[in-house]
Amino acid sequence: MRTDSERARRAKKRKKAIHYLVCSVIAVIMLFPFYWMFTTSLKTYGNVMKFPPQWWPDPITLDNFIQLFSRHNFLRYLWNSFYIAALVSIGVVIVSSLAGYAFAKMRFKGSNVLFLIILSGMMMPIEVTIIPLFIALSDLNLANSHFGLIIQPIFGYCGAFGTFLMRQFFITVPTELIEAGKIDGASHLRIFRKIVLPLASSTIATLVIFTFLQSWNDYLMPLVLLNDSRTYTLPLGLKLFASEMGVEWNLVMAGATFSTLPMLIVFFFAQRKFMESLAMAGLKG
Amino acid sequence: MKSKSKLFDKEQLWGYSFISPMLIGFIVISLLPIIATIVISLTNWAMLNNDVKFIGFENYMKLFNDPLFYKVAKNTFLFTLLLIPSNLVLTLGLASLLRDNFKGVGFFRTAVFTPVVTTVVVWGILWKYIFQTDNGLVNTLLSMINVQGPQWLYNANLAIPVAVFVTLVKGLGLNTVIFIGAMKDVPTMYYEASEIDGASKMRQFFSITLPSIAPSIFLVTIITMIGSLKVFAQIDTLTGGGPGTSSFVFVYYIYQQAFKYYNFGYASAISAVLFCLIVILTIIQWKLRKRWVYHEN
Repeated sequence: MRTDSERARRAKKRKKAIHYLVCSVIAVIMLFPFYWMFTTSLKTYGNVMKFPPQWWPDPITLDNFIQLFSRHNFLRYLWNSFYIAALVSIGVVIVSSLAGYAFAKMRFKGSNVLFLIILSGMMMPIEVTIIPLFIALSDLNLANSHFGLIIQPIFGYCGAFGTFLMRQFFITVPTELIEAGKIDGASHLRIFRKIVLPLASSTIATLVIFTFLQSWNDYLMPLVLLNDSRTYTLPLGLKLFASEMGVEWNLVMAGATFSTLPMLIVFFFAQRKFMESLAMAGLKG
Repeated sequence: MKSKSKLFDKEQLWGYSFISPMLIGFIVISLLPIIATIVISLTNWAMLNNDVKFIGFENYMKLFNDPLFYKVAKNTFLFTLLLIPSNLVLTLGLASLLRDNFKGVGFFRTAVFTPVVTTVVVWGILWKYIFQTDNGLVNTLLSMINVQGPQWLYNANLAIPVAVFVTLVKGLGLNTVIFIGAMKDVPTMYYEASEIDGASKMRQFFSITLPSIAPSIFLVTIITMIGSLKVFAQIDTLTGGGPGTSSFVFVYYIYQQAFKYYNFGYASAISAVLFCLIVILTIIQWKLRKRWVYHEN
């Protein structure tokens, strides 16, 4: 009897060990590219080319990073990417929470059809609308600016998805709450701002994470629209930098590290929220 | 009665004003451009062409006789065909491994998820470095066991599979987390009951888990398909469509025709075809979602 339970316990322990081992191997495989990117960015050019490779940089040099800022505009790219993504997120939250609230809680003629029409924006991603947008922005002399990069996501895919997401949330807000506000004589705008919107903070956070990442990742639009290095965003700046540097992988990896680090740091501080939000957006989007 | 209908009108006005920023923006930024894309696809508009006129369906006729278009369609199809099964097998496996809470599960989930929040361009460039013929990590490791690695990115047969691999690894975390969520919704009593019947873990996975999360599997499949149709940044950073045209995909072809050769008419015809495919898949996605996942309203 006793040996039986002992054996079962041991088998369980072994199973657990194997489970940890498999998980650890996967984690190493997933994280090693990042390790390789980071360590390469600290190597000298000569040591990048070495065989067998240096698993740890020796000597460690920060020259590659210094070049990013002294000879290239990476700080400018970072600022451009950041402020564009921030404005896009603010814009999406404003227009889609207004529309989502109206579709959830207000009664007006044609609301169902209008909702479907706005939702259909999700079938019109930038990949299929970029030609006329490029022509129009060029005609308006706005091609080589950030205008299109900010406006398109707000009213394109992100805005349509946001309207859907916010409506889904606002449906769950009890109507009594809104009626109570009306009885107190508050206007719709006031009820929306003071009562309804604060309740939606978690959904808004989800929408901001999704939208910010979309804008931060955007590559096609900057590639097509921008042709002045002062206007470049991080992805475009990095791509052109990489083409220019060729096999100087120490420099290219320094650029890659610099481009991805800000987002990774934010992610590590809010892992759960990121995973929940992007999984939800993935399923619904 | 009259005052009530007036009140009702005011209510309506509020509704319209709340949706108007989004509605007007949608019309200008999405609806008009998609109509314009279709209209332009019926013209011979090109940068060097001064005589722009309607040419009917000529661009489409040209498209369906264009060997490169077939290659693009084939490449995109191959991309989807390779990505979907490998993605499902790996993410279902990962989700099973990481579903239950155990010590350190947070770390493992984060590790799998990290590529999801990495910029596509960074990810593409990083793997271009890893897949370099000389000096790349993969071929260096292979040479340590005396295998000469292929020219991963400069081989016509390998370019698409490598791009699929890079896309696959980037998206694993997202789909794994989606499946973990779906698996956690399966009532535990199913497992308890089957345990009493002596079912193995493997049996449980195929008889309980898989059928219960089937809706999520279908949705993830459709979402992956739509994503595959829109692939661009990975291809541009990894292979630049090459070698030759061997990794050309839809958006890459649109980009080349529209913004390198300025053949707006022809590029718009390709966009219109892509748009139709996206519409079909999105409608399927919405129908499935309505039926299975979220019981809206």
